[in-house]
Amino acid sequence: MKTHLELSDVCMDFPTPKGTFNALHHINLKVAQGEFLSLIGHSGCGKSTVLNIVAGLLKATQGGIIVNGHEVNSPGPDRGMVFQNHSLLPWLTVYGNVALAVRQVFGGKKTRAEQREWIEHNLELVNMAHAMDKRPHEISGGMKQRVGIARALSMQPQILLMDEPFGALDALTRAQLQDSLMEIQARLGTTVLMVTHDVDEAVLLSDRVVMLNVGPGATIGKVLDVDLPRPRERLALAESADYHHCRAEILHFLYAGHSASAAEPAAGAGETRLHLLPKKVANG
Amino acid sequence: MSTGVASRLQGTGQHLVARVAALRGSDARSVLKRVALPMIGLLVMLMLWEQGAKQVQTSLGALPGPVAVWEQAGNLWDEHRAERAKAAAFYQRQDERNAERLAKNPEAEVRIRSYTGKPTFVDQIKTSLVTVMSGFLLASLIAIPAGLAIGLSPTLYAMFNPVIQLFKPVSPLAWLPIVTLVVSAVYVSDDPMISKSYLVSMLCVMLCSIWPTLVNTAVGASTVSTDLVSVSRVLRLHALSHVWRVVLPSAIPMIFAGLRTSLGVAWMVLIASEMLAQNPGLGKFVWDEFQNGSSASLGRIMVAVLTIGLIGFLLDRCMLWLQRNVSWDKNAILR
Repeated sequence: MKTHLELSDVCMDFPTPKGTFNALHHINLKVAQGEFLSLIGHSGCGKSTVLNIVAGLLKATQGGIIVNGHEVNSPGPDRGMVFQNHSLLPWLTVYGNVALAVRQVFGGKKTRAEQREWIEHNLELVNMAHAMDKRPHEISGGMKQRVGIARALSMQPQILLMDEPFGALDALTRAQLQDSLMEIQARLGTTVLMVTHDVDEAVLLSDRVVMLNVGPGATIGKVLDVDLPRPRERLALAESADYHHCRAEILHFLYAGHSASAAEPAAGAGETRLHLLPKKVANG
Repeated sequence: MSTGVASRLQGTGQHLVARVAALRGSDARSVLKRVALPMIGLLVMLMLWEQGAKQVQTSLGALPGPVAVWEQAGNLWDEHRAERAKAAAFYQRQDERNAERLAKNPEAEVRIRSYTGKPTFVDQIKTSLVTVMSGFLLASLIAIPAGLAIGLSPTLYAMFNPVIQLFKPVSPLAWLPIVTLVVSAVYVSDDPMISKSYLVSMLCVMLCSIWPTLVNTAVGASTVSTDLVSVSRVLRLHALSHVWRVVLPSAIPMIFAGLRTSLGVAWMVLIASEMLAQNPGLGKFVWDEFQNGSSASLGRIMVAVLTIGLIGFLLDRCMLWLQRNVSWDKNAILR
């Protein structure tokens, strides 16, 4: 498998009244085609900043984003984004929200009938076809997030970016949506980059988990390969030793990182220029 | 018992809210609250008015009580009916005369003159409504696009915010002399389509009612949720469709709140500017009655005051209805 997305030496500084705040420090990362990659770390460590840079919503101070060998600088529908709080336009129906994206992306390429079919297809994919004519305030949080995913998928993105997509949902809804996401990703083979702070979610969904050190000047602390067979069953995994091993690794990192950073803020600075190749890329 | 309650509580929250509202609606206490209390308030006010008015002596006699004012309202209506009957008779006579003339000589030139009676109270209400609505519409047509531009551009905001803050509190009475002079200088026509007094009042209304809509629209446009802006950027909506599909709908609740305030201001301003500009509306009616100084004048002015209040209230209800229907924010409590 070839490298699909590359973060090349990404640094991010934010100007503040107290001087420059260095949020990200030389982040290098390669993501393979079809890979599901999670970014995990403590809140405020810059995970969402990484995602926003990949989306093109933020411009990196140094370094850049390469998709399929081409550098990208601005946002575009090739990198579909699922936002934490769904971000549906409240005055449009479920159908209208997806239609806005479809019209924008496929306006000249598909006929009206084809567009309609494609919108309905994407809503069916997330099991929301039954609520097409509802407005966002009439449906639950989980349903809104499903529509958010349908909207992102309807742009036929090469890469799906998800910013703590299930963070605001209750445990049962979150589990349902995670299962749906795994199924959809298996079917479409989309490359996914997801930000999360949920260890179980990261292990369950990902092929690799990238752990970020605590900011300021966040760097990649550790990368964990999750070699659990797919399709993954939540209940079966609860009994799996590999699963628990992965969880433990992440938890160790997060807790160690927290205490180490308190004592020694520059911890991990030596690893910053380490190029992290995905296993699939290294083997292929 | 508990299962019954549980099953009743099932369903969406909206059903629950609707049910609770329905229960409350049928409650006798709520009927009392909604109908009886306002009636009692009205009665108390009428009694205080009747008793209080007798005590105040003016050069035109005691202040009129509710009964006297009611009589004057009847008189105004009768005058209106009489004037309309006269007008109808005038047109009938004219038609007959013209028909006669045409019968004698088919080539005859027929003149149709319009009736030139004095405007009645009802005509004056119409004039006022036309003036206020045209001023308000003109103000909205300027304020909404300008507000969107100022809200979207920090540069424009920095440029024009001080100007807006400076002009916002200016009273119509301050604008009026300037507007009058400008209209007299600029609007020069031998056969004016629209009268100068109408133009002056309308422009005053516009100048005063532009600000609430402008400020609210600017705030609405500048506070579009950053997530929605991100959506728009990811979709690469171009500038115009970003404004049309994201910014404008997002700002609609704020815009309508501004429009409602603007219409209230417009109506208040109108009466003052009609008084001074002599535009034949309710303001001029009040002024003429004041100058007239007959024993009935105070009662007639009171009728106008109550009419102004009632129309202002109805205009506000219309805007509220509009606001409720166009606002996507169903959680907002509008009253």
